[in-house]
Amino acid sequence: MIRSLRWKGAAFTVPFQLGFVFLYLLPIGYAVYQSLYRSQSSGLGLGGTTDEFSGLDNYQQGLTDPKFMGSVLRVVLFALVQIPVMLVISLVLALLLDSLTSKAAGRFRIMLLVPYMIPGVVAAIVWINLYSPDVGPLTPLGQLFGLDWNFFAPSMVWPSIGNLLTWHGIGYNMVIIYAALQGVPRELFEAARLDGATEWRVATSIKIPFVRGALVLTGMLSIIQMLQIFNEPALFRNITPQTVDDSFTPIMIIYNQAFNAGNYHYAAALSVLLALILGVASFLFYRLTSKETD
Amino acid sequence: MATTAASTTSTTTTTADSSKQPPPPTARRLGRPDPRARSRGGQRFVLVGLVLASVYSLFPVYWLIIAATKDRTGLYQSNGLWFSGWHLWDNLHQVFTYEDGIFLRWTANSFLYAGVGSLGGTLIALATGYGLARFDFPGRGAVFAAVVGSFLIPIALLTLPLYLLFSEIGLVDTPWAMLIPCLINPFSVYLAKVYVEATIPFELLEAARIDGAGELRIFFSIVLRMMTTGGATVFLLAFVNTWNAFFLPLTVLRGEQNWTLNLGLYNWSGKRAESGVDLTSLVLTGALLSIVPMAIMMIAMRRYWRTGVTMGALK
Repeated sequence: MIRSLRWKGAAFTVPFQLGFVFLYLLPIGYAVYQSLYRSQSSGLGLGGTTDEFSGLDNYQQGLTDPKFMGSVLRVVLFALVQIPVMLVISLVLALLLDSLTSKAAGRFRIMLLVPYMIPGVVAAIVWINLYSPDVGPLTPLGQLFGLDWNFFAPSMVWPSIGNLLTWHGIGYNMVIIYAALQGVPRELFEAARLDGATEWRVATSIKIPFVRGALVLTGMLSIIQMLQIFNEPALFRNITPQTVDDSFTPIMIIYNQAFNAGNYHYAAALSVLLALILGVASFLFYRLTSKETD
Repeated sequence: MATTAASTTSTTTTTADSSKQPPPPTARRLGRPDPRARSRGGQRFVLVGLVLASVYSLFPVYWLIIAATKDRTGLYQSNGLWFSGWHLWDNLHQVFTYEDGIFLRWTANSFLYAGVGSLGGTLIALATGYGLARFDFPGRGAVFAAVVGSFLIPIALLTLPLYLLFSEIGLVDTPWAMLIPCLINPFSVYLAKVYVEATIPFELLEAARIDGAGELRIFFSIVLRMMTTGGATVFLLAFVNTWNAFFLPLTVLRGEQNWTLNLGLYNWSGKRAESGVDLTSLVLTGALLSIVPMAIMMIAMRRYWRTGVTMGALK
């Protein structure tokens, strides 16, 4: 390529590069810098605060903070249950859709995608009201079957949030897996069926291995989202502050440290830690899933 | 009854299918059962599964619609699964007039941030995607690595320092605090690059250059024009993303005049635990209203986002 043309091509990416520096690199650098300092007197905006260099003290505090590590563990355990459940349902639905004619599949697909069209905050509001013992239909429905469930009880909060996330996510994940299924060469099924393979066999030995890549991808995206979960617990906290406390998830702790406790330096260290945890989790997941393919 | 109906349906479907596509003769000759006939029971299982999943997906929306037509008494006392009185117009009136029509203000804000922010962001993303896909310049790999790497950055890591930086230069609590971050969207860049690779042939660019067209002119009058589908998809996904945003507006917008719909609904829904004012009826009607623009847009442009979702995911 001609030299001048190269630079003209690079020029097209300049607005993005500038923006990336100011909106990504600079804030991250600033956060890392802030995380190495400590405020000596509390309260933002007061003239009396002095920042003192404290090295990795904030990180050490974060790694030994039972609240922070507890919230990470809580979210990881939750992810280990909710993500597989959601992906299995999405996969089953995609397989079911794939066995229909494309016209019928289109009709079901649009219905199953309705939750995806609803903003996450609104979805949480709707489900919180469905769960509500005052206005929601689920409590009387449960009583009809002799179930006296309280969706906001401490033991039920995660299942309640899990159901909300599953409801919101299955359509989106199903579409991705379904699109991957459409790429499987049809002759493979015909050949297998002629050889006497059952539909179950075709699904487990041909279709599922074929959409492995899509499953790894949706799993990865879900893990990244889950470690950063904030909206749903924040809305639950809105309704039941006594069961969902302000250190329920890592991001909630970070937010509270920064804006309620005014401890920005510590919040910065925690957000860097969370980024590292996220990186390690994604890497482990990637290694784990790609190893099995060999 | 239900079983008979279901089996009749599945039989008709099977007959209709096999009349269109006769089973392969080999299967008959070898005495193996016709695969379509064999899956007749399976067909019923498929339909039952999909119908159940559809009910699960749709029932909260159904309940929301019913709830928005009820007054307070109806909401608390009547059966949640069926209508009780028709108070939708009263509820709408209440939503739009509460606190001098603050809800309309939030709606306008949401449209402003999502519309303008995504338009700017899409233009930048298309230019960047074009530069990355069709030019070979030093540092190209680094830019692309930055795009992909940023998918892993937690939003808190960016938003909190951004808040501090914005407050230094007086941008906190202004529309700019929402609009500026929307301009840089790595996922849009990634999607734009994929689309440029699929739609803009090198030969076309060469031909335009030989004809003496400048690079800017090529981009604005050829590339952008050929990228309408890709651009629409990028815009749509960015719009949805901004419309749904919660953490960023919660952090950088303080006064309710600048809030988005999401923030406003969050605030309304927390009023009860916070100050004992029960706005449930307003929250539910407002929630239904905030879905409407999203649903209209997604249905009208479903051709675009469906390819966007799957392309972004699979490439």
